[in-house]
Amino acid sequence: MVTFNRVTLSNGLKVLIHEDHTTPMAVVNILYNVGARDEDPDKTGFAHLFEHLMFGGSVNIPSYDEPLQRVGGENNAFTSNDITNYYITLPASNLETAFWLESDRMLSLAFSEKSLEVQRNVVSEEFKQRYLNQPYGDVWLRFRPLVYKEHPYKWATIGKDLSHIENASIDDVRSFFKKHYNPSNAIMVVGGDVNPEEVQKLAEKWFGSVPPGDKPVRNLPQEPEQVEARRETIKADVPLNALYIAFHMPGRNTQAYYETELISDILSRGNSSRLYFNLVKEQKLFSDVNAYVTSSIDPGLFVVEGKPLEGVSTEEAERSVWNELERLKTELIPVDELTKVKNKIESTMVFAEMSLLDKAMNLAFFELMGNAADLNNETERYLKISAEEIQSRAASVFRKENSSTLIYLANK
Amino acid sequence: MIERTVAPVFKQVENINIIKARQVTLDNGIQLFVVNAGDQELVRVELIFHNVNWNIRKPLQAFAVNSMLTEGTSTLNAYQIAERVDYYGAFLQSDYNSDASMVTLYTLSKHLDNVLPVVKDIITDSIFPDEELETFKRNQKQKLLVSLEKNDYVGRRVFNKTLFGDTLYGYSTEADDYDKLGRDELVEYFHLAYRPENCTIIVSGKADGEIVNTLNRSFGRNWDKGLNTSLNTFSFPAKGGVLQYIEKPDALQSAIRAGKISVNRSHPDFPALQVLNTVLGGYFGSRLMANIREDKGYTYGIGSALVSLQNSGYFVIASEVGAEVCSSTMTEIEKEINLLRTELIPEEELNLVKNYMLGSFLGSLENAFSHADKFKNIWFSGLDYDYYDRYIKEVREITSEKLLGLAKFYLDFSSFNKVIVGKK
Repeated sequence: MVTFNRVTLSNGLKVLIHEDHTTPMAVVNILYNVGARDEDPDKTGFAHLFEHLMFGGSVNIPSYDEPLQRVGGENNAFTSNDITNYYITLPASNLETAFWLESDRMLSLAFSEKSLEVQRNVVSEEFKQRYLNQPYGDVWLRFRPLVYKEHPYKWATIGKDLSHIENASIDDVRSFFKKHYNPSNAIMVVGGDVNPEEVQKLAEKWFGSVPPGDKPVRNLPQEPEQVEARRETIKADVPLNALYIAFHMPGRNTQAYYETELISDILSRGNSSRLYFNLVKEQKLFSDVNAYVTSSIDPGLFVVEGKPLEGVSTEEAERSVWNELERLKTELIPVDELTKVKNKIESTMVFAEMSLLDKAMNLAFFELMGNAADLNNETERYLKISAEEIQSRAASVFRKENSSTLIYLANK
Repeated sequence: MIERTVAPVFKQVENINIIKARQVTLDNGIQLFVVNAGDQELVRVELIFHNVNWNIRKPLQAFAVNSMLTEGTSTLNAYQIAERVDYYGAFLQSDYNSDASMVTLYTLSKHLDNVLPVVKDIITDSIFPDEELETFKRNQKQKLLVSLEKNDYVGRRVFNKTLFGDTLYGYSTEADDYDKLGRDELVEYFHLAYRPENCTIIVSGKADGEIVNTLNRSFGRNWDKGLNTSLNTFSFPAKGGVLQYIEKPDALQSAIRAGKISVNRSHPDFPALQVLNTVLGGYFGSRLMANIREDKGYTYGIGSALVSLQNSGYFVIASEVGAEVCSSTMTEIEKEINLLRTELIPEEELNLVKNYMLGSFLGSLENAFSHADKFKNIWFSGLDYDYYDRYIKEVREITSEKLLGLAKFYLDFSSFNKVIVGKK
């Protein structure tokens, strides 16, 4: 159970406060409701590049990192297709420094040309390090446009292409900030060894005077229902063939999402899961194979990926995956197996409560989806799922016409 | 109006409280350490075995045994082991590093009784079935093929070899090592290493007296002493200055490793060297990051570390940089090292690093597991909790003069081994 208080400032900033006095630390987590899905199709990768620029100094404070480190704090951030999330961990006695820094960059950035130029380079190197200079690193750059035709999930957070990052201008940075980095578009969670009244005072003091701005309106093209199977084969200098199959599935905030995620656990969580046991250990078709969901807020993907063993054709490997998917559609999952995946969910939720930062991030994310209190109903949403619901969910997701298959062949 | 250009007042971290492990001797003499803390009804149980009897002709013995502990015992097959652990929502993992082989169980306390028998079974009665061994070898060889395509992986492996040669610390595994691996050498090693007199157990979480009794019933009885073994002891020549270049004509980035053998945690200079390392490359605001990422934009990340091993220690700088700026990066690294050896670290920078390190240390004590990790660091270095008092004192009091002396003594760039994988 993660408890919290909620305060909304007059400029629209939501502040959630979670007390945890088992630690001497505090966290400040700020989620901005903007991600790669909000980008212009000609300027992809921008939300993430912008995240880097948030560390390039703000209107009154030339360096963001230095004063934070000076008080014993650390910070980082990440960008996804849905959100941009910034977080600070610091000794609770120095909490005010975090308010000072975060409120100033919500007020305005320094918009330094030097910072833009350097971060364009840094992000280009990140693009190379993670996506281009790694075996299989470009899979999702290639796969997303096959799977999504309309929705902006068709590009990765790093961007479609290096050139989009190289062309980013300081005007783009200014207008992105003005549009998305408003108090009304942010959720702040303060947690740890803190006093709620004091946090509320600090929030009013530092953030109360940040102008509200206009809450951006999101109007994204939705992905039309897929009506025929898609397939692509690419060749690359990799040592082994690989297989990727993706299915459209319901969005994060639906009960159907929980059913689909439980299916991925049945297939792929732990060494007794179906894909690992049947396809790696028994049939010896793959060296590794996994199923997972992308957990995006708009309708996301159920993905199966694996590397067939040397000498196993990709056709045979693909057939064996489909056999497992078909079995979920035709046979009810045994009671013990369903209990097993639910027990794993239950214990994962308890273990997750050991990390203050995870709790803060989760509160912010659930608040974004509607209500932070729903974080405490997560386990319940999994536990109430029946074997019949698993079966009918499998039948609605695992259809050929709902699938996209990418065959990644090794140049030999 | 509030004054936004002036930082709020702050305090240096004062009280740092480590929850100390309580030592319990089990019936058969195993040392159990208990870190009892936290509100969640869960525990982590770690069984740690020293690596023993290193033999270059059987380089994968210890690793393969550790990886295959969950692949079958005389009463449970691999599926039954996994199923039992998964059914109770527990997590069982085996981990292997250059000093130790570990088995770790994470479980809700209410299920501990149900899963401990499986853990006991795998550490006392594993049989390494041939069929599972073949699967292991096949899959590991495929993984190795993929890893060898990663410049960063190759860089690390070549660098370790330049420092540590054909010892366990430096050995580079090849595909045919897997081909040569036979069941007999696994069985042999299992009986040598997985013995009570070579085992330390650490339990953390809500670990009350009842849990300690449960652990004693499982691991303190019906587990016999074994043959005499010898702990791995290695010593290394201090020679250095090797440069290895592995060319990858199509590389977009080059992986860089540079460093040398240094001291480990048991050496009195270790805490002070950690301060020096933090200044150079141990945090986001470090000199290497500030220069090579934040000023020049050559890389997504660059860092340095001081690594403590049982028989040695080493200092290393690692990065992946644009192939076209690889030589410029090497020049800048050398500049930064030389700066540390010739100029005093300014007071303001040193104070920042001290505060950062104290805050970071406080933050590393998040929960029962982290307190247990702090204990492991000292126990396996032959130290006691006084180490942390010395560490904190050193961080608070160290001077720029002392750091300059340490840099002169420990960081001579010409004696560093350098490895570049990609393009120069």
